[in-house]
Amino acid sequence: MIEIRFHGRGGQGAVTSAELMAQTAIGSGKYAQAFPSFGPERRGAPVTAFLRISDEPIRIREKVYNPDVVVVLDPSVMSVTKVDAGLKDGGLMIINSAHPVESIRQQHGFTQKIATIDALTIALEVLRVPITNTVMMGALSKACGVATPDQVREPLMNRFGPALAPKNQEAFERAYNSIKAEG
Amino acid sequence: MKAADSAKPVGIEVSLAIAEAVKLAEAEVVAAYPITPQTHIVEHLSDLVANGELNAEYVPVESEQSAMSACMGSSAAGARTFTATSSQGLIYMAEMVFIAPMMRLPIVMAVANRAISAPLNIWNDHSDVMSIRDCGWIQIFAENGQEATDMSIISFRIAEDKNVMMPVILNLDGFTLSHFIEPILFPEQDKVRQYLPPYVTDHKLDVKKPMSMGLLGGPEYFTEAKKAANDALLASKPYVTKAFDEFAKIFGRQYKLVESYRTEDAETIIVSMGSISETAMVAVDEMRAAGEKVGLVRLRLWRPFPVEELRAAIGGAKYLAVVDRHFTPGFPEGPVATEIRALMYHEENRPRISNFLLGLGGRDVPRNHFQYIVERAKEIGSTGRQGHFEMVGVNE
Repeated sequence: MIEIRFHGRGGQGAVTSAELMAQTAIGSGKYAQAFPSFGPERRGAPVTAFLRISDEPIRIREKVYNPDVVVVLDPSVMSVTKVDAGLKDGGLMIINSAHPVESIRQQHGFTQKIATIDALTIALEVLRVPITNTVMMGALSKACGVATPDQVREPLMNRFGPALAPKNQEAFERAYNSIKAEG
Repeated sequence: MKAADSAKPVGIEVSLAIAEAVKLAEAEVVAAYPITPQTHIVEHLSDLVANGELNAEYVPVESEQSAMSACMGSSAAGARTFTATSSQGLIYMAEMVFIAPMMRLPIVMAVANRAISAPLNIWNDHSDVMSIRDCGWIQIFAENGQEATDMSIISFRIAEDKNVMMPVILNLDGFTLSHFIEPILFPEQDKVRQYLPPYVTDHKLDVKKPMSMGLLGGPEYFTEAKKAANDALLASKPYVTKAFDEFAKIFGRQYKLVESYRTEDAETIIVSMGSISETAMVAVDEMRAAGEKVGLVRLRLWRPFPVEELRAAIGGAKYLAVVDRHFTPGFPEGPVATEIRALMYHEENRPRISNFLLGLGGRDVPRNHFQYIVERAKEIGSTGRQGHFEMVGVNE
């Protein structure tokens, strides 16, 4: 089982990311579970969402306290939330940032493996809105091997419809093909 | 989100899955008022009605009190009727809730369980439904999304059974079940029709065959009316089992009134209801792997209480760790523990019973809470004391 925690701000799609990744995994024959850190929805406030993907049925319903992977949709959250809390040894952080990994590491004191993606630029270029969820899904899918562009196509279509799904598919694939992981 | 008949699991939010199941059950009237965390259920149902997928009357009432009034009216007219609510909504509805079973109206109501104010709290515990414990409805607790989906269909079958004719509350934990995306297998429509044929009844308001419902019951009738309703509620138990068994025959998923998990040779048994039982099973697996003789008993049916089934499930356990999700101010334990203690008191071999209050107002219930309560139940039980009560995880 892989356990993933998403950090973003209300309106950026952290919850949607977790949900779509769960639907993608279930659609490709795996077991998955996604849920937000529940509360009144407020645009701009820090938001957490949780995702579990497994080859076996999933029973556990506690929050994800020791994730294998942390996905940060908005780098500004890193200044107000300890996003690497509980991250497993050998765990991975996937961060939306245009900055070099070394400077992120120094600024926040992260000790785990880091992969970065300039999701904001991709989102603005492809989607023309600063919503980074499908971009970060692409980065996560490539970095952890949890989904392919083909597997995500149907869930994206169900969620965004024929008008918006192709752009989101493109955003997903841009990230999937360009994520930079530390060597 | 479109949930077609599926032989393959669909990843869907549990609230929406319940709405899809109510569609498969071909409910004819839905009267409801939105309240968190139940809102997604009726929101999706209103979509299904508006876009023509469900041929039902959707009544967007102005309060929960009116929701249940409208449900009683439609059920009394012979329509298959569904509603859903939570927390303050259920409390506001309570006046009407107690009347429906006395009129023997087979309404199905999903309750996405949430704390009762104050302080204002939208998160999960069982204090809403426990506050109307004695409303006289059949009450079921669902544990996961598949079960909540299946029970949405099964509940109509139980309620409308000619030998039952009682309303059913389907409890599901707010957020920790209602807002989870999970893999769900949807029963096929033609099989659902075979399992749950259209609701046809003589017990309805019909000008050609007049009948009165909801009359005054003075001192000369009130006691008898209450006894008759209670007899009917108690007598429903075998028909609940029958509805579960027949569901298994058609759909292959077998449910029981009380479920046991790894209780063979168990010295300590956790008793729980609702979705935290799933986390409890994982905790039991971990404790078993460490050599602990521990098991889990989950109550699926809460009313009528499955007395014999519970006693049999507890078997020869030495210690019980009973979980409550509702606070009973002014009494030294929660309602589930009180009932189980009462039921075990006259038994020759009775376990030492400790009671633990977990997960109030959305406080997360991780595995280590179950490890903790098993340790405590053994520790307190081995001293021979009864009546231990503890609120777990209080920050002092």
